[in-house]
Amino acid sequence: MSETTGTGELTVTINGKQVVAEPGELIIDVAERSGVYIPRFCYHPRMKPVGMCRMCLVEVSSPRGPSLQPACFVPVADGQEVNTDVDGARKAQEGVLEFLLLNHPLDCPVCDKGGECPLQDQAMSHGPGESRFIEEKRHWAKPIVLGPLTLLDRERCIQCARCTRFAEEIAGEPLIDFFSRGDAIEVATFPDRPFSSYFSGNTVQICPVGALTSAPYRFKSRPWDLEQVETTCTFCGVGCRIVAQSSAGKAVRFLGVDSDPVNHSWLCDRGRYGFEAIHATDRLREPMLRRDGELSPASWNEALREVGAGLRQGLSSQGPTSIGIIGGARLPNEDQYAWSKLARAVIGTDNVDAQLGDGLPAEFVASLPQATIDDACAAKAVILLAGDLHEELPVLHLRLRAAAAHHGLLLVDCSPVPTALSEVAVALAPARPGEAAALMAALVASDDEVPEVPGVSAAAVSAARTVLSGLTGEEIVVVVGRTSVAERPDSLAAAAAALAKGLPGVRFLPALRRANVRGAIDMGLAPGMLPGRVSLDGAREWFESQWGSLPSGRGLDTRAMLEAASAGTLRALVLLGADPLADFPDRELATRALERIPFLVALDTLPSASAQLADVVLPAAGFGERGGTTTNLEGRVTRLAQKVVPPGVARPDWVIAVEIAERLGVDLGFDHLEGIWEEIEQVAPAHRGATVSAVYGQPGDGVVVPVAAVGLPRLAPARLDPMATPGIDSVITQGAPMFAGAAAVGSGGVEESEVIEEGGAAPAELPTESVTPSGPPRPSPLAFDADSWPVPAPPVPDAYSFRLVTRRSLYDHGTLVQASPSLAPLAPSQELRVRPRELDKLGVADGDRVRVRSARGELVLPVAADEAVPAGVALIGLNLAPVDQPGATALLDSDEAAQPVRIETVEG
Amino acid sequence: MLTDRAPIVSARLGHEDSHTLERYLATGGYEGLRKALSMTPEQVHEEVNAASLLGRGGAGFPAGRKWSMLRKASTTYLVVNGDESEPATFKDHLLIERDPHQIVEGTIITAYAIGAAQAFIFCRGEFALGLERLTQAVNDAYAHGALGPSILGSDFSLDLVVHPGAGAYICGEETALLESLEGKRGFPRIKPPYFPAAIGLYGEPTVVNNVETMSNIPWIVRNGGAAFAALGQGSSTGTRLFALSGHVERPGWYETEMSKTTFRDLIYDPKLGGGVRRGRALKAFIPGGVSAPWFFPEHLDMGLDQDAVGKAGSMLGSGSVVVMDETTCAVRAAWRISRFFHRESCGQCTPCREGAGWIDKILRRIEDGLGREEDLDLLLDACDNIAPGLTWPPRQTTICVLGPSIPSSIVSGIHQFRDEFLLHVKEGGCPMPPDEVRHV
Repeated sequence: MSETTGTGELTVTINGKQVVAEPGELIIDVAERSGVYIPRFCYHPRMKPVGMCRMCLVEVSSPRGPSLQPACFVPVADGQEVNTDVDGARKAQEGVLEFLLLNHPLDCPVCDKGGECPLQDQAMSHGPGESRFIEEKRHWAKPIVLGPLTLLDRERCIQCARCTRFAEEIAGEPLIDFFSRGDAIEVATFPDRPFSSYFSGNTVQICPVGALTSAPYRFKSRPWDLEQVETTCTFCGVGCRIVAQSSAGKAVRFLGVDSDPVNHSWLCDRGRYGFEAIHATDRLREPMLRRDGELSPASWNEALREVGAGLRQGLSSQGPTSIGIIGGARLPNEDQYAWSKLARAVIGTDNVDAQLGDGLPAEFVASLPQATIDDACAAKAVILLAGDLHEELPVLHLRLRAAAAHHGLLLVDCSPVPTALSEVAVALAPARPGEAAALMAALVASDDEVPEVPGVSAAAVSAARTVLSGLTGEEIVVVVGRTSVAERPDSLAAAAAALAKGLPGVRFLPALRRANVRGAIDMGLAPGMLPGRVSLDGAREWFESQWGSLPSGRGLDTRAMLEAASAGTLRALVLLGADPLADFPDRELATRALERIPFLVALDTLPSASAQLADVVLPAAGFGERGGTTTNLEGRVTRLAQKVVPPGVARPDWVIAVEIAERLGVDLGFDHLEGIWEEIEQVAPAHRGATVSAVYGQPGDGVVVPVAAVGLPRLAPARLDPMATPGIDSVITQGAPMFAGAAAVGSGGVEESEVIEEGGAAPAELPTESVTPSGPPRPSPLAFDADSWPVPAPPVPDAYSFRLVTRRSLYDHGTLVQASPSLAPLAPSQELRVRPRELDKLGVADGDRVRVRSARGELVLPVAADEAVPAGVALIGLNLAPVDQPGATALLDSDEAAQPVRIETVEG
Repeated sequence: MLTDRAPIVSARLGHEDSHTLERYLATGGYEGLRKALSMTPEQVHEEVNAASLLGRGGAGFPAGRKWSMLRKASTTYLVVNGDESEPATFKDHLLIERDPHQIVEGTIITAYAIGAAQAFIFCRGEFALGLERLTQAVNDAYAHGALGPSILGSDFSLDLVVHPGAGAYICGEETALLESLEGKRGFPRIKPPYFPAAIGLYGEPTVVNNVETMSNIPWIVRNGGAAFAALGQGSSTGTRLFALSGHVERPGWYETEMSKTTFRDLIYDPKLGGGVRRGRALKAFIPGGVSAPWFFPEHLDMGLDQDAVGKAGSMLGSGSVVVMDETTCAVRAAWRISRFFHRESCGQCTPCREGAGWIDKILRRIEDGLGREEDLDLLLDACDNIAPGLTWPPRQTTICVLGPSIPSSIVSGIHQFRDEFLLHVKEGGCPMPPDEVRHV
């Protein structure tokens, strides 16, 4: 491979070979680039170097003669001579390895790391060959439970501090640290403070020995028995690149891949250990039909015939608008497209909505001037107006946290309740629930006309304004997400519109929590939207030329569909992996609707509460069981890969769409995934240029759409560093080959794909027009219109009320977490958090049980005093009640600008 | 020859109440400070340069030169290292307990010279009485107007904090000390940056000076740098407080003129060490703390001179001289010293963390009669992997100099007393008599 890029300003000689480098680059990196591997343990390319393990000692020239220097810590200097393979350096390296192995138990045959162990590998490549140690080794009790998911074998530990540094530097949660000193030093937790970080699994991944093991993978497999594919995690909208590893047909481990624009090799524990849900014992394995009031197994034929009949009955009795489809955010893009087309072109309904009233308006997301995660991290300032990213989009939290804590990003946190990022924010101005637009207007107002913002102190507004003053819109990125499902999303859209007006050039990164909700919006799974970020009305002609007929007008969103169902005007409803009973922020309405709907079909992987009310249940293939692509919150399309077979006779959702279309007498025209993508590229305006070869042939980082705006990515050269992600490279070299087509990490594949050599985001050349010139013109994706998002009427003040803010927890009572045995018990219990002063006023003590009452319903739960909660706000966890019990959604009326609640004391 | 002149840092130690402000003021206390405040900081600095006062912490770096290396910045810190924790080293302990005001005055003058508004004295935590007296001295100095705002009516203000160490030898290493002072784990910092003068406490330029160095400052300012430089010879100017221990008749502390006094004077002079105990022959002695390579009878007539000792392959270091008589077991001595470093290794970097324990175990095994002939080469090679080449001053594979301090006693022992080591192996046990414990 070519090692120098020509932009360097200095030249160093490494093992006799001249290499061009840039000032500040570390010797270890420059050497690596020139093909010289220097052994290392403590060095990790994503963390600050510390030079502790001393494994990377090399001979470096200096005015006072050559000396041994740690290559991971010393930057290159012009004219420097580095020798990694001379006697002095080799002796030092062998010496360090001998030292490291003195007290190491050498229990490789029973160690999970055996076979993928940097200590083992480097002992072979850079060690002395045998030990001269005849004394008794150091002994420790083991294993030590560090946290709910992480165990420590202190005898194997080589004290490289990768784990403790990750916890402190990357996660910002220094829950593990060194204790004691010298050769008695050990990694430990503080008393009563377990290592319960959401990011604990990363320490296991980067541990260069078998000291840290994870509860879910411990003793599950050996590296040489693993097979892996590179794919994208779909537990939230960040879209971290992972490898999914399986053994004997079972998914056993997910590891983070170092995707530079996305996850830097880090994962959250929910994503990492969520593989357990794939093999949940209650996975839906076969279709089921309701017979005599009970769901019983049926064949696909019977079930699909029933679906066809049910839909036809609806069509013939009340027409296509009596049929609705809710859900689809967990589906891959191709499946979403198939269902979008099925709804519009076959059934003829626009009643489709992938979001359950818990996201942002689809037109808003589709039209926002978009920023990537990198753009946000590289911006001068970020305005955060979202839920707690630590809970909702953990790796986005990590990226922004690192940018703010280490790279000077100025973070202004305007979320209604301070978030985990608040501690690295330079200004805190919590927006009053339902009134974010007023705050944003004040942030961008000119100095002499700053309005007073209800519920926000002038000092907070002024602090935030100070941060933003002097910055242009281009230098600011707004991370906007649904701050709370207890407030209507239109106030957030209005807030964003205010920023777009006041800060020309500002860009937005939508904090979309559901896995592929961005894909769902892009594929038109939203009323009034069609694939490629266009509106039904705006793109009607074009799509009629492509698809045939279209619904005559804009359809219903989830809330309207549920209302129609409960009013009896909706005849048939299909749930695409959606569980309105658990997730729709108005449990009462969802219950009424699903009880009333005459014909209910559920496609799902697990028997959700809603699916159990269905007339037909169709088992869908889940994550890791099917291919396709997914779109993350920044619009990045990456590949999904199959690693295991679906349970029973479960099928991919797109196949089910094709089958249903067939039952309705229409051939959707799809028989393979690439074929669907080919049509997407041709039909969806925003996806033009994201060709099958660019998307399917692309390893790693994927393609950000619209390609025309940002271009195809440049592929990074393969890494030489097997120590960065030990468990991945070893499987490449000794496990089964990667899934055909998904290029291996670090090698292969690259040459065959379309690589743009230089210049990064060069605009892609769009393929030549394939439509006949006489056809209608291809529409452009929606442009953001700040005037179409008016400020909604503020909530009616009520002196006796609190405004409810809902907050998600990474671990909750949602189906997927509860289907993962290791994660299920980690969901916190439900409580209400209120400012201590307000509790005093109510005469309630921390820990007391209180009754929370809204016009919709009431809940009795414990209350906790929390100084961080703003006055007049009550914070409640979402989805924390067991499935069969009402949770926060029982209090919500989805039409409220901000949900008012009362807190009452409970007798006794 | 031993010179007969008034001591500098130990002048007050004869008084029972030497630690009190009253005694201090009665014996010229804070006069140096008054004089310094009448001078410009540059003039004070110049006096210290003229004194060519060598740092008394162990490395012997000229104090004035260290001050000159400060990076220009709006905030500068002064940190006084009182974390004396090495076996056989007890001179700072003495100064802290018996003349704390002298340290405080030296600290104030130094802070004035370098432009620091905040100073710290990092005092070994085990010095219970020392901490009490030092803290009292600081409080008294505040009450006296020598600390705080507008010191003695001048424009100069200084705050001084006494910080107790938490029990780790490594915190005497200046960068580990700074980490500890910042509230972090006492791990030495990796170089570069090479000097706290560039990036020190809280990232600001910092001077770290030893307690004894500070104790010399008031005298230098009162009497002038030239008067100090007139004592001693060559680069080893002034007097120095030596801690003499081991097999001598009169162990204790002795302040003598540098360079002009010889090791023979120190060990044998009736007014000083008074000779090897029980009239026995001298086997070896350590000239400057347990990390220094050993000296032998042929070195006795060398002056207590930093350059001369350095040229002869060891160091004057912390000024601790340990005498070993002919009954001393070289293996046991090396083992005791290695065990100390093993226990005090911070554990940050591999060679020292793992190597120190290994070496400790091997020496113990040899002493216990379970040694093998090849263990001698093994020991030397293990040492070589910590301090490549086993040169003096040592090269190092480690971050700080604790690791490379380990080989000194082993290399000295094996080179000088190889036969004695081998006898342990051959006889399956230690051929030397057991320790004679001296009951005082």
